[in-house]
Amino acid sequence: MLTILKIISFIGLAFTLVPSFLVMKGVIDPQHSKILMLIGTIVWFITASFWMNKKENEEEAG
Amino acid sequence: MTEKQNLKQRLEAVNEYERTPIPKNKLKGWKSFIGTYAGEHTAGTEFVLGPLFVAHGASAGDLVSGLIVGNILAILSWAFFTGKVAVKTRVTLYYQLEKIAGNRFTLIYNIVNAALFCFLAGSMIAVSATAVGIPFNLQMPSLTDVYPNSVGWIITVFAIGAITTVVAMFGFNVISKFANIAAPWMIMVFIAAAVGVLPRLGINSFSDFWPIAESTIWNGIPLEGQSKFTFWHIMFFSWFCNMGMHIGMADMSILRYAKKWTYGFSTTGGVFLGHFIAWMASGILYSLFLLESNGSLVFAPGPIAYEAAGIAGAVCVVIAGWTTANPTLYRAGLAIQSINPKWKTWKVTLFVGIVTTIAACFPALVMQLLEFVALYGLILMPLGAVIFLDVFVLPKMGLASNYAELTKSHFNPAVGITWGISLVFCLGLNIWGGIEIFFLGLPGWFVAVFVYLLASKALQKKTANSSPTIPLTY
Repeated sequence: MLTILKIISFIGLAFTLVPSFLVMKGVIDPQHSKILMLIGTIVWFITASFWMNKKENEEEAG
Repeated sequence: MTEKQNLKQRLEAVNEYERTPIPKNKLKGWKSFIGTYAGEHTAGTEFVLGPLFVAHGASAGDLVSGLIVGNILAILSWAFFTGKVAVKTRVTLYYQLEKIAGNRFTLIYNIVNAALFCFLAGSMIAVSATAVGIPFNLQMPSLTDVYPNSVGWIITVFAIGAITTVVAMFGFNVISKFANIAAPWMIMVFIAAAVGVLPRLGINSFSDFWPIAESTIWNGIPLEGQSKFTFWHIMFFSWFCNMGMHIGMADMSILRYAKKWTYGFSTTGGVFLGHFIAWMASGILYSLFLLESNGSLVFAPGPIAYEAAGIAGAVCVVIAGWTTANPTLYRAGLAIQSINPKWKTWKVTLFVGIVTTIAACFPALVMQLLEFVALYGLILMPLGAVIFLDVFVLPKMGLASNYAELTKSHFNPAVGITWGISLVFCLGLNIWGGIEIFFLGLPGWFVAVFVYLLASKALQKKTANSSPTIPLTY
């Protein structure tokens, strides 16, 4: 479950970065890029908050 | 009622070990530091400092080489100065200084320090406000603004200040966790915002970048009224822009949680992402803004990022400002609390947050950020030199460390003399020598070293050469 969540998080992160390169290459227009970046942002913050600090807590407990 | 009690209990349970070494079981792993530093250095300041190099006519070659050398020197300073001292003492800068200089000296220092931190945090709240104000059509500040230009600006700043303060009241863990989550996303948005506007600058492939970077983005010509920046300006600025944190030892508050001194190198990611990639990215955005606005004086990172990256860009400005303001506010709280350790951390942070928010209302804080950052590092630097010498050098010279604690003195004149002479020397170099503020830190540090060693040798009475503090074994 955690692995799936992490994969979704990184897809979200990729959505914030990759569209701008597609704009540079002329594949998509800037407006589409901005929408994809927003979707990526929402996905990242929702999913990453479930796993990002867990390892650290376990490490501290250990 | 129960909820209220729970909240109060939670706030009062925040124990940040203000006057005791961090216990071994509370030490943090690499990840905590990497996240904290990445969040801190990919920050709201980057939206201001990156454009500065464009305004000051830095050439592309000088910018890249200056940033690489300066950032490496900054990382080495964090590891070899702050990391070594923090791990050896495991206390905050404020408590360590009290043991060396005495509580009367520390009182003055802490007030100065807290004020500087408040102004820095305030400027970051103001940067966030430029993004939050977008949906409300807020009138944005310009480079020449000193006072708030509208009621809307004040309301926006107060809203952000309130949120920042509440989070800081819950201590380091909360800040660290949020910074961990936001950091990777923030740097992606910085890069994406800049890459997305490259076609508007005529860059459609990677091979186009460097020629246009040299001819258009960082063309080496300063804006009207701005001084010319060379390699040396950029190198020293990138080394010393966080001087208060590394050589000045403020980051002892953070790195005292590190398992090893080498965790000082955990700043590498943050520094290169923030003070290299993010500065270049924000420089690209500002350069485009100048081109398309015919040199407008409006200086508002929020709308610039929004225009380039949409809502994600604006949110990035808010969070970037916030993740800088939060740890800075936390540090300011520690500085004030060390005046009276009986004060509760959360109450002190609340007070500091109110002062910071009021300061944030003044746009001049953002517009003069460059000079302020340099001055802030310079003021804290001599005490960093004192702490480093006191911990590592004085015992080797047969002199006592923690002299004020050893002699139960309220004021160690050697420290006062060092601070005073170093700063007067730097001021003299600036006024009579015409040396710009960015270059004063290096000669000032050597003067502080020389004066402290000399003054300690002259003023320390014959005492047992051992510190009353029990050495840590971890």
